Amino acid sequence: MSTETINVPEKKKKEGLFSKKNRKVLRDPLDDINPVTVQILGVCSALAVTTQVKPAIIMALGVTIVTAFSNLIIALIRDSIPGRIRMIVQLVIVALLVTIVDQLLKAFMFDVSKKLSVFVGLIITNCIVMGRLEAYAMSQKPWPSFLDGIGNGLGYGMILVIVSIIREVFGSGSLLGFKVVPQWLYDHGYTNNGLMMLPPAALFIIGCFIWWQRNRNKSLINKS
Amino acid sequence: MKFVRRLVDSVKPNFEKGGKLEKLHPAFDALETFLFTPGITTEAGVHVRDAMDLKRTMMTVIISLIPTLLFGMWNTGFQHHLAYGMEADIMQNFLFGFWKVLPIIIVSYAVGLGVEFVFAIVKGHPISEGYLVTGLLIPLVLPVTIPLWMVGLSAIFCTLLGKEIFGGTGMNFMNPALLARIFLFFAFPAAMTGDIWTDLSPEAGHAIVDAYSGATSLMTFDANYTLLPSASDMFWGFEQGAIGETSVFACLIGAFILIYSGVGSWRIMLAVFAGAGLMGLLFNFLAPAGNPTHLMHTPAYYHWLMGGFAFGAVYMATDPVSAAQSETGKWIYGLLIGAFSVVLRVFNPAYPEGVMLSILLMNVFAPLIDHIVVELHIKKRLRRA
Repeated sequence: MSTETINVPEKKKKEGLFSKKNRKVLRDPLDDINPVTVQILGVCSALAVTTQVKPAIIMALGVTIVTAFSNLIIALIRDSIPGRIRMIVQLVIVALLVTIVDQLLKAFMFDVSKKLSVFVGLIITNCIVMGRLEAYAMSQKPWPSFLDGIGNGLGYGMILVIVSIIREVFGSGSLLGFKVVPQWLYDHGYTNNGLMMLPPAALFIIGCFIWWQRNRNKSLINKS
Repeated sequence: MKFVRRLVDSVKPNFEKGGKLEKLHPAFDALETFLFTPGITTEAGVHVRDAMDLKRTMMTVIISLIPTLLFGMWNTGFQHHLAYGMEADIMQNFLFGFWKVLPIIIVSYAVGLGVEFVFAIVKGHPISEGYLVTGLLIPLVLPVTIPLWMVGLSAIFCTLLGKEIFGGTGMNFMNPALLARIFLFFAFPAAMTGDIWTDLSPEAGHAIVDAYSGATSLMTFDANYTLLPSASDMFWGFEQGAIGETSVFACLIGAFILIYSGVGSWRIMLAVFAGAGLMGLLFNFLAPAGNPTHLMHTPAYYHWLMGGFAFGAVYMATDPVSAAQSETGKWIYGLLIGAFSVVLRVFNPAYPEGVMLSILLMNVFAPLIDHIVVELHIKKRLRRA
């Protein structure tokens, strides 16, 4: 035993909870590595649940909770997960969290739960969740992973809310259920835009958002 | 002409580099080259000289659209006076339609060109003439009762998402005018379907006649094809429909101009007609004998005459940018457009205008068709070698 050198770790200054690096982890997914517009993940549900603002907000919260806590749990047990079955383990944990979210919604917000229908259950297959687990939580400490989960959930939620605001205002003339388009506009021949109620509208809006974002930050433009 | 030249030259320095209005150079450049042949030559690389530049091509298409436009204006008045049971001569019909159609054209051009101007100035590229044709095609495929703000919105939509987002004229993979129409079709279904095809602005002392029905021939077709207007009425265009689409005859004049000048591809036009005819015949053959009014019994040539088929085949499917490029590809592309539009008409009553949808669908597939044609050709040549 004497041959074993005692590996004294270099005394590192403890990193603050919201150090510069951690803040970057939290902030980047909102813009430069936004899961929807840059990583192009989770587009499917972004098309499906954004006809109205309220379900979009609930969905955003649901995804945020699932990504944050699945990231946290996986990061905690990442060293004891055998590499070959890591997907299964990840799925079990994600499924557990999604079931909790689904049951909570059913218990306390039944009407929203009905509107979101299968899309809550489908958070399991949301690429953002698995993507962040594989890309981040499997190799990072619990706290940054947790922040990364929150950041990505919020980045996704931000796009959802922007899209749903545009779609609800132009599609049904209301916002969170309140009328925002005044009656005199209707009297003058204004009509709600039926296209906004169809899924392609979300695609157009996300597309325009990507256009604007790439224009603002040229480094995001793919070289081909 | 000299006067105009002098005027243009006198303001030119303002728009040159370093001038006061340097930013607006694309706008000035567009206007100058529109009036006069540009005095600059291509600087680098091999270049082919041809009098048939983009502007000339676009002008030819516009000339070929004039018959449908004039007939559409006349028909607007004709249908209006018919609905009120009024006697009107050719000139009255035409003038009525003229004043109804003109605002739509003006709005379409003003808004669409406005978007193009803004983009050209922001992006610093020259304004291209692509919108000249689109701006006239949009009014021709819309009902005359369309609210003007919707026309403007659709023009913005098609220029922005149909063209500019992909890099402007020549980069669009879908026909912009059809994109404008499909936008309105899905966004404001109330303004694009139903009893909106005839202008029913009230006439003092006249009431709508009892026999009036707002149905276009395609809507009648879905209800019961045996009640369709006579084939000759549909050929000449004495029926309701979008402004420019009703007269097959006017479209044929346009087709003649396009083919004669070499601007439009006769292969595509012929293939579209052939595709629809063949599909119609196939349906006639397969139609259930027990149900004589089944849509599959419709005579095949009716599909050529109904709705916007001829208009789509002549002006929309032949769009050189969004159509297939290879000669074989053009046949495949056209045949499929014709065949799909008949399939949509017969089997999908929810979307009476199958031509629009099938042209857009094939626009998307055109690059794939070309790719397959080229690959097959390469394989064939390799085998021979």
